[in-house]
Amino acid sequence: MTLIGAAYAADSAGHGGGGTGLPDPMHQFEIQRIIPLEIFGYDASFTNSALFMMIAAVLITVFIVFAMRKGEMVPNRSQSVAELSYQFVANMVRDNVGTDGMKYFPFIFTLFLFVLVLNMLGMMPYSFTVTSHIIVTFALAAFVFIGVTLIGFWKHGIGFLKFFVPSGVPFIMLPLLVVIEVISYLTRPVSLSVRLFANMMAGHTMLKVFGSFVVALGLLGGWAALAFMVAFTGLEILVAFLQAYVFAILTCIYLNDALHMH
Amino acid sequence: MEAEAAKLIGAGLASIALVGAGVGIGTIFGNYLQGALRNPSAAPGQFANLLLGFALAEATGLFGLVVALIILFVF
Repeated sequence: MTLIGAAYAADSAGHGGGGTGLPDPMHQFEIQRIIPLEIFGYDASFTNSALFMMIAAVLITVFIVFAMRKGEMVPNRSQSVAELSYQFVANMVRDNVGTDGMKYFPFIFTLFLFVLVLNMLGMMPYSFTVTSHIIVTFALAAFVFIGVTLIGFWKHGIGFLKFFVPSGVPFIMLPLLVVIEVISYLTRPVSLSVRLFANMMAGHTMLKVFGSFVVALGLLGGWAALAFMVAFTGLEILVAFLQAYVFAILTCIYLNDALHMH
Repeated sequence: MEAEAAKLIGAGLASIALVGAGVGIGTIFGNYLQGALRNPSAAPGQFANLLLGFALAEATGLFGLVVALIILFVF
């Protein structure tokens, strides 16, 4: 039930109030059980969220394997798309972490493609946006946060704690600044996850609200709202890419902090 | 005051956070254009930073929006 979270509460609340006649914009985030399943008292049902995650994973794997099956010197169309995405993420890692960060490249490449494909699948009408649920994005962000912190301690030992002590600061200011640094470090997974989740949820809610305006205004006035819809859909596709990019690049920046300590 | 009315007012107040996001995004794109027109050859190199700054600024406003939605739908 925790998986269902805010959207479930939103849905049950949305049906009660209102009375405006417009469709409930939160309904699209509802998680439905496709195959009900209970393991040791936990609800482990196969939901539409799990279905779209599996579609994304299968889609990425099939595409990359299909595109690179021949590996020609002069790439064809699908191979150049795969190589382009590889180059894009590889440059991102190299620029932000450095060459010694390239051993974490597979993780960041996977993360970027997974979030990107989930966001893009969500842009299809009547599909489900997995990343519009805070629990999904928080799980990803917490994984990044814990992993990066462990890398920092593994690389620098207990000396990683120096990361929280800014250099060139008067001694008397240190207790305050260390507390601020620790708090800002601990809010990283929250900001990383809420950024992705809020962007996705706000965007899809907005699209739904404007979509209901098109229907409500009818044949005569609906065109203006429809034009807005087209523009906003373009913007949302941009945001879907941008948020995947930002998620990956912030992971790179955090990784760089852990590996090189400022 | 009724609790329902207070909730609606609170959600509206929380949405004011989007003002800051608007100012931030405007500043980022404005300053990028200013810098890009002064030194066009350096502009493409900073495009990634532009997008990063845009996303970071937009996210702070959306945090406020999330607070509004939580007030409206969770409580």
